[in-house]
Amino acid sequence: MLFFTRWKAAAILLTAFFVCLCAVPNFFPESTVKRWPSWAQRHIVLGLDLQGGSHLLLQVDAGAVRKERLQSLNDDVLRVLRQARIQFTGRAIVGNAVQVHITRDTDVDNALAKLGELSTPLAGILGASGQRSIDVTANAGVITLTPTDAALTDRIRQAVDQSIQIIERRVNELGLVEPTIQREGIDRILVQVPGLQDPSRLKEILGKTAKLDFRMVDQSMTAEQAAESRAPQDSEVLDGEGGAKYLIEKRVLVSGADLVDAQPGFDQRTSEPIVSFRFNSSGARKFAEATQANVGKPFAIVLDNKVISAPVIREPILGGSGQISGNFTVQSANDLAILLRAGALPAPLTIIEERTVGPGLGQDSITAGEHAAYAGAALVIVFMFATYGLFGLFANIAVAVNIAMIFGVLSLLSATLTLPGIAGIVLTVGIAVDSNVLIYERIREEVRGGRSAINAIDAGFSRALATILDSNITTFIAAAVLFYIGTGPVRGFAVTLGIGILTSLFTAFTLTRLIMAYWVRMWRPRTVPI
Amino acid sequence: MRLLRIVPDDTKFDFMRFRRISFPISALLSIAAIALFFFHGLNFGIDFIGGTLMEVQTKAGPADLAKMRTAIGGLKLGDFQLQEFGAPNDVLIRISEQPGGDEAQQQAVQKVREALGDEVDYRRVEVVGPSVSTELLAYGTIGLVMAIGAILIYLWFRFEWQFALGAMIANVHDLVLTVGFMSLTHIDFDLTSIAALLTILGYSLNDTVVIYDRIREMLRRYKRMSMPDLLNVSINATLSRSIVTHLTVAISLLALLLFGGQAIHSFTATMMFGVVLVGTYTSVFIASPILIYLGVGSGRMEGAPEEPEPPPAATAVAPPQRSRARR
Repeated sequence: MLFFTRWKAAAILLTAFFVCLCAVPNFFPESTVKRWPSWAQRHIVLGLDLQGGSHLLLQVDAGAVRKERLQSLNDDVLRVLRQARIQFTGRAIVGNAVQVHITRDTDVDNALAKLGELSTPLAGILGASGQRSIDVTANAGVITLTPTDAALTDRIRQAVDQSIQIIERRVNELGLVEPTIQREGIDRILVQVPGLQDPSRLKEILGKTAKLDFRMVDQSMTAEQAAESRAPQDSEVLDGEGGAKYLIEKRVLVSGADLVDAQPGFDQRTSEPIVSFRFNSSGARKFAEATQANVGKPFAIVLDNKVISAPVIREPILGGSGQISGNFTVQSANDLAILLRAGALPAPLTIIEERTVGPGLGQDSITAGEHAAYAGAALVIVFMFATYGLFGLFANIAVAVNIAMIFGVLSLLSATLTLPGIAGIVLTVGIAVDSNVLIYERIREEVRGGRSAINAIDAGFSRALATILDSNITTFIAAAVLFYIGTGPVRGFAVTLGIGILTSLFTAFTLTRLIMAYWVRMWRPRTVPI
Repeated sequence: MRLLRIVPDDTKFDFMRFRRISFPISALLSIAAIALFFFHGLNFGIDFIGGTLMEVQTKAGPADLAKMRTAIGGLKLGDFQLQEFGAPNDVLIRISEQPGGDEAQQQAVQKVREALGDEVDYRRVEVVGPSVSTELLAYGTIGLVMAIGAILIYLWFRFEWQFALGAMIANVHDLVLTVGFMSLTHIDFDLTSIAALLTILGYSLNDTVVIYDRIREMLRRYKRMSMPDLLNVSINATLSRSIVTHLTVAISLLALLLFGGQAIHSFTATMMFGVVLVGTYTSVFIASPILIYLGVGSGRMEGAPEEPEPPPAATAVAPPQRSRARR
């Protein structure tokens, strides 16, 4: 146990040295590290609980995605049946399906075939998955089209992908530093913004779908009448600013998808904040046609089903650009411009979890963690030295190397250090010491059993190491499970605990043995000093 | 230099005799802990029941809790608690989950921010919606069960099944007592508590495994020693290590408890109880004696009575020389 070949000793020392070396970038300011070669730049990332910042978990509204899917399927059914000149009645969305009644029994087979074309095979991970997007069934002239769950999941995934892109654009427009935006599970998006103290504005920007439509105001009756009785079939009553109500046509003249640019500005006459926008060519043409046909009538600018303003068209707008005014503040005009530039979300997002830590608390936590680490390390070092003397010193060297190696591995992985993570490191000191304690106690036992010093050390190591392995693996399993189920700070704890177990195993099996081997070779001890 | 010697060499405590006391005591305590869990309950944090937690710090002077209470009370947000947190100008505000889904929680935060205005710094704001909290609780529970299962399987492979079972009973006992402690002290039960429970599980097993390792070694070496004696010798042999290790862990935890700040206070307090107080006791007084009841070594002592003849162990404590039983 105490014999090392020269190259093996060198390998052990070099490994320990290089892993420790990886921790170096953490001790230099970021500006310095930036000038180093890229392989040397890897460093530990401070978790949001230490550096302050906002953590927002967003969820795509699956209900809205499903509803939208059904709505468009409903439209598709209408189009297909009209094209095929098949007569039908009672087309409607029923629960999770679209149902249509085919008038003539002779048309049913034809309708089934045509509507069946709407159902497309779904792509799996490897080619076709064998599932289709819609189940089409017929029962006594009633055809039911049900979007499959797989198709909906697919839709939700797509919606999340699109949303991530749009969120990235929105967040970047806000000028936030180093945001992390990533998918979580099927229908969730995690947004983390370091250093953000008050996420109110971010939340407002993320929470808006930003679906902008230009539609005509229905003047066949007033909004009040429509609200009391029933709105015409192709119109709906929408809310406006300050409790106003409008009766707006459902037909969309031009949608926000046709916008190419939006900028905040000020109205030249009233100097009120406004948002000016520009359409792409098809949007400009549609807008020109619509305004030409409706001079003198009011139209409405609708954002997320709320009327922003409903101006009267004074003259045709042919240039493809215009402006929106409507009780904006400078900031709200700016925000709207950002939203319009970044585009509309495919489905509404809900914030289901928020964790924000201010920079003050973060700094306090770092200080607290440092103090705890220093105090813990100092106490353990003194205790070990008092208990085991010279061997305690060896153990302390091993613990020091251990901590340096933990930082090295964390840097290599660019792992996130959280406050519970620091607690994990402090606890690792306990684990690392335990390996040495096991070895030393075993050596003492062997000495009491009558072995010579060198013999006892040798036997102590070989017996203790088996125990160390067994006992550490159980703790490691707990850490692994914690990593798997944990989020944020708790995961940080699992990471440092797990890495700490690995490094302390390394030092116990190699470094401590090596030190001991050299000591034995140098001094040829007759008694063991513990 | 004279070294600190906490445990004298060659202790010969008869730990096995205590099993007639320790088992009933542990059973009683476990029942008490379970009763506490059901009747007193845990102080579930927002991670598991949803809601809002805000840590605010007044900018000038100590916080006027009464004034804040009226300000927030006027918002009609249902149940809420205010509590001084570490320092007189630091206040923890907890607001129960708002009816009306995830968006309602966000509105509640906004309202509180408006009510308290600029007089305070928002050091921490956490909002957990209903969908997330249910999931976190499920994940936490699944995690604990998975960890126990995985460790059980590992021990089953490494030792005999009786050892695995014994370790599991001992550790479930640890967890039950710790949960009882958390209920009694009304410590916040949140995600970090799950982390604490898992770590206690890991540490306490670590300890149990060290003793089991020794028991296995002794079983192989001394074929004729009676089971209680063999267990006694094993525990005595590892006693010094157990004490020293637990002292160092206790020292580390003490440092965290004193300097680690409020944010991990409940975490370290739980660990202190679980690892240092319960874990040590369990491996000596529960995990080891239970092996007798699980029938470890019964095969080799066929017909031997439960109470053995005067132990031949006294001389056998020290392993004989030259028996280098390397595995």
